[in-house]
Amino acid sequence: MEAATTSGETIIRLERVDAGYPGRTILKDVSFDVRRGEIFVLLGGSGCGKSTILKHMIGLNPVLGGKLTLAGREWTRRTRAQLCRAIGVMYQSGALFGSMTCLENVLLPLEEFSRLGRKARRERALSLLADVELADAADKLPSEISGGMRKRVAIARAMALEPEVVFLDEPSAGLDPITSFALDELILRLRREKGMTFVVVTHELPSIFKIADRCAMFDKARQGLIALGTPAALRDTSKDAFVQQFFRRGTSNGQ
Amino acid sequence: MKLAASVGRTVDRFRADFAADLAFLGETATAALGVLFRPDRFRFGDAALAFQRAAFDGLPIATGIGFLLGVILAFQSAAALQMFGVEVYVADLLAIGLFRELGPIITAIVLAGRSGSAFAAEIGTMKVDEELDALTTMGLPPVRFLVLPRIAAALLAMPVLTIFAELAGLVGGALVLQLMDVPTVVFWDHVKGTTTFFMIAFGLAKAALFGLLVGLIGCGAGMRTQSTADGVGVAATRAVVGGIIAIAVSDGLLAVVCYVWNL
Repeated sequence: MEAATTSGETIIRLERVDAGYPGRTILKDVSFDVRRGEIFVLLGGSGCGKSTILKHMIGLNPVLGGKLTLAGREWTRRTRAQLCRAIGVMYQSGALFGSMTCLENVLLPLEEFSRLGRKARRERALSLLADVELADAADKLPSEISGGMRKRVAIARAMALEPEVVFLDEPSAGLDPITSFALDELILRLRREKGMTFVVVTHELPSIFKIADRCAMFDKARQGLIALGTPAALRDTSKDAFVQQFFRRGTSNGQ
Repeated sequence: MKLAASVGRTVDRFRADFAADLAFLGETATAALGVLFRPDRFRFGDAALAFQRAAFDGLPIATGIGFLLGVILAFQSAAALQMFGVEVYVADLLAIGLFRELGPIITAIVLAGRSGSAFAAEIGTMKVDEELDALTTMGLPPVRFLVLPRIAAALLAMPVLTIFAELAGLVGGALVLQLMDVPTVVFWDHVKGTTTFFMIAFGLAKAALFGLLVGLIGCGAGMRTQSTADGVGVAATRAVVGGIIAIAVSDGLLAVVCYVWNL
């Protein structure tokens, strides 16, 4: 894992949050902080609620209970426009618009919210694509590039408005180990160069050990947060049977 | 007991669907008002693309069905009118029937089958692929971004398709009457004599209304797609069935209005 470049300042705080959907609570009483500049990983088995909590964190669904704040201000007190300038999201599938080229996909948030002129917007979008090493794919449609490239375009789009936090939902899902490794390298480089905070949902242990400064682990059966700390600390010091089992399976390729 | 539970669940589902439909309608109306005040926010490019798919790509099937409808109507009615030696009045029957009623309704059913289902499938697939969530988190309301262009396209495509379907129907009728030794000139004279401006305008207004309904129902079905294996298929089916029902119901209501007001 790369040395953390966090400032120690809390950027996201969850206080006794109940996560889920109206009439269906998936996680109860979840509390943790994400610090500015860190790569924070939400992990756990399938169906444990990590994507659900991500949906609360990106403002798609309101929390069922508790308090969720971004830079000291409650989520619900932010307008959608303020929120979308503050956060960028890369979805599991990439969620690029198929009828638009990669460049147009990256331009989309800039056209809606940026005060830049047309030429400057285009230059910014091209520079973002260059940041993810896809300047050559600017005029290609998402269907003409690989899954890994689509995810990189989605990361470029998520960073378009220079958000405070970038959320990545299962960035390694569906990718081969080499592409997944390259994507992890990209996330580390972007954090190093741009100083952005990343919140990553994943259950890929190699990725977790490579990129995560800290991680929060959830368990479906106990409906809550069961461990919080650095990946190495969780693996080496946790006495929780589920945590031990989860990390033991990935130890051989996790380190 | 089981029956009561089943009835309860069905009523609950209808209530939830109705609430969702109302919410979608309100959201669409708000977004439409928004773009009226800020036309630069309307996605003209997407609307043009949807119009091209609905109108130009749908032209062969709408024209073909209109032509066949004209041929069938002419044959069926000519058989009866021939007994009285007044088969030339097939032209009057076709003009009134096509311009007032059959042209818009047949074209609307074609649009519901072709474009309504396509709208539902496109938006539904985007929903399953999280593209709607992506739009929301980027601060782009999916209704303004995806729904309004498609509704506008359906609204504008319907009158265009209807005109072509009606003209094709008349051509079909003219060909049938020619086979029965009624000269084409006489046929067109009868069409011109029967057709009024109001008749054409009313038919086209009705077509636009049907287009609006097909667009709304197709997009609404897409927006409510479930992330299940058959989610997109179910949404497309709902779009077609809902569209056809809405067309039939609104046409029935318009028929009553026309009767009451003697239009």
